[in-house]
Amino acid sequence: MARHEHNNIQLDAEGRLRHFLSIEGLDRELLTRILDTAESFAALPGRPVKKVPALRGRVITNLFFETSTRTRTTFELAAKRLSADVLNFNVSTSATAKGETLLDTLRNIEAMHSEMFIVRHSQSGAAHFIARHAAPGVSVINAGDGRHAHPTQAMLDMFTIRRHKGDFTPLRVAIVGDVLHSRVARSQILALNTLGVTEVRVIGPHTLIPTEARTLGVHVYHDLDEGLREVDVVIMLRLQKERMDGALLPSEEEYFRLYGLTNERLERARPDAIVMHPGPMNRGVEMDSEVADGPRSVILQQVSYGIAVRMAVMSMCIQTHAESPA
Amino acid sequence: MNISIVNGRLIDPANDRDEPLDLHIYGQQIVAIGEPPEGFEPHETIDAAGKIVCPGLVDISASLRDPGSGVKGDIDSETRAAARGGITTLVCTPDTDPVIDTPAVIELIHRTARKLRRTRVLTTAALTQGLKGEQLSNMAALQAAGAVALSNGSWPLANTLVERRALEYASTFGMTVMLRPEDQHLRAGGCAHEGAVATRLGLPGIPAAAETVAVARDLALAEHTGARVHFHALSAAGSVRQLREARSSRLDVSADVAAHQLHLTEMDIEDFDANCHVSPPLRTLADRDALRQAVADGTIPAICSDHQPHEQDAKEAPFPETAPGISGLETLLALTLRLVDEGVLPLREAIARITCGPADLLGLPQGRFEVGGGADVCIFDPQADWTMSRDAMQSEGHNSPFDGWDFSGPVTHTLFNGRLVYRRD
Repeated sequence: MARHEHNNIQLDAEGRLRHFLSIEGLDRELLTRILDTAESFAALPGRPVKKVPALRGRVITNLFFETSTRTRTTFELAAKRLSADVLNFNVSTSATAKGETLLDTLRNIEAMHSEMFIVRHSQSGAAHFIARHAAPGVSVINAGDGRHAHPTQAMLDMFTIRRHKGDFTPLRVAIVGDVLHSRVARSQILALNTLGVTEVRVIGPHTLIPTEARTLGVHVYHDLDEGLREVDVVIMLRLQKERMDGALLPSEEEYFRLYGLTNERLERARPDAIVMHPGPMNRGVEMDSEVADGPRSVILQQVSYGIAVRMAVMSMCIQTHAESPA
Repeated sequence: MNISIVNGRLIDPANDRDEPLDLHIYGQQIVAIGEPPEGFEPHETIDAAGKIVCPGLVDISASLRDPGSGVKGDIDSETRAAARGGITTLVCTPDTDPVIDTPAVIELIHRTARKLRRTRVLTTAALTQGLKGEQLSNMAALQAAGAVALSNGSWPLANTLVERRALEYASTFGMTVMLRPEDQHLRAGGCAHEGAVATRLGLPGIPAAAETVAVARDLALAEHTGARVHFHALSAAGSVRQLREARSSRLDVSADVAAHQLHLTEMDIEDFDANCHVSPPLRTLADRDALRQAVADGTIPAICSDHQPHEQDAKEAPFPETAPGISGLETLLALTLRLVDEGVLPLREAIARITCGPADLLGLPQGRFEVGGGADVCIFDPQADWTMSRDAMQSEGHNSPFDGWDFSGPVTHTLFNGRLVYRRD
């Protein structure tokens, strides 16, 4: 009861997933159910039949206001494996410049009877906005909004961690790099804390760590060697090139020297620590190729798990709508 | 028309009045307070039993969007909202289209408002031409046309030399300069207070330092130039601290605060509520409390609506892309009275902050009851409650975060220049 009293737009009256916009407001039980459902889909590639009929006859729309081939492709693949029909819309920013508002775009596509929108947008809060205005019976999945959230990426990272570590509770996890601009980091921190890890650390220079980072439930480190000590999981964040322009960093070279991950630095972590990166990676900036291609790296597995996690979230949302007609 | 307002509790902070007194109006003027003049025959008697009769409210910062496209509002719609809010003197901001940087625009606004006869509309003229922050406006001509102050609207001057010259030139004519202290570089495209909530929601932040840095700079220039500087819409505790210090060293500076800043905080932008997207942004509880304290002790003598009506489309977008601002005329009194309910300051002081307080800042004769003075009156019922509803708003802009809030003291009558311009049904 207390769980749903704050009126989370993502959940229906029974606490089931209607939209997947953010990790915020979702409890451990629900996150675990997403991981368990993903587990059942992840087994698929080994079997002869790669498709399940869960979403046969449903129309799913990729609504991307920000280009991202990788994320869009994994969502598309996930939808197809669930037997759904997929529409792709790359809405250039010029559409809004022509006077069409985001709501106009939404109404136009709704007229095509799509039951799910996968939304990526450069502004924080865009997925919430679309969910609030979408027709009843339409699910919205956030594929990244501004600096706010990227919950499917976070869940595929949780899936990867669970596959390698099993239990979340004893883990210490370090997130390294540009936390300030990272929607992935925000979602990861929420997911890790909800799943009950021992400690989440963020590591980076003051310019890339939000001023109120501690309120997210993390310990802040500015020294990589110190921050990596005894951690079980190291998550490296992508560094955007434009960060040099905003006077946030002096150079890539200095960044790599201070925060780039090398095998030597990885020695500080636990011997069985795994290394993750949400991609796309800048070799020689965030980490050495030696680490990226080394035995601790689980980066490629993250990519393949992404499809299973997205299948899980999509099927759960559609099922909620099927069982509770609006 | 002769009107008597009887049986009410008359509160007139400027004259230290708070007692049961009748008010008698002849034509546009107050002719007696207390007993009616001999032989006075009212055509209408307003029974204000159980109600409070106070001077019509004075709001020193409202954007009326007129001249303009009309999409966000115009003088007709916004003075209707003012009348419903008990406001009889409005000082409009220069961010119209075209900008208030020529006497012609001032005359146009005054003419339109005079024709409507719903509330007094005064103007703040642009400090720089086109509000561009480059060339000084024709201040003497604007003053002669009736401008009561100068301001650069929501576009703080980026160039300190232009600011220095603007303050110096304005001081030549003894004009008050209203500044919105904000450092544009530190604002850096932010849309919410750089604090815990913006961190969690991933909203680009505006640090409190964007304001405090500008306050420090503006205070230094005020001291250097001797200009009469007024800070509009303070939002940060650090700004209040600097203001207090400056005033104690007898610098001629003043400030106002927007009514919503005294009630909302960064917590209210949870769920990306675009109606809580304002500029300056809603800050922390500590900032809100510092602003409340400054209003209570008179460091900030004026509460304004910072009225900024918007059409629906302007607020229907992802939070960072929405237009900042609240349509605030119809909640100015309500939010001020709520401070009394919450024990921030006594009723008489609260009324002073929205009547004589703001009037005195600009040297206006309004905001008080004087025999022989203009009959601008607001009557409200402290015993009644009302629920704010967006749908009932008279303003063209329905962008209020207070929809559904329960308030006390609905305005029952508003009189402007001796004429009843609003009556609650």
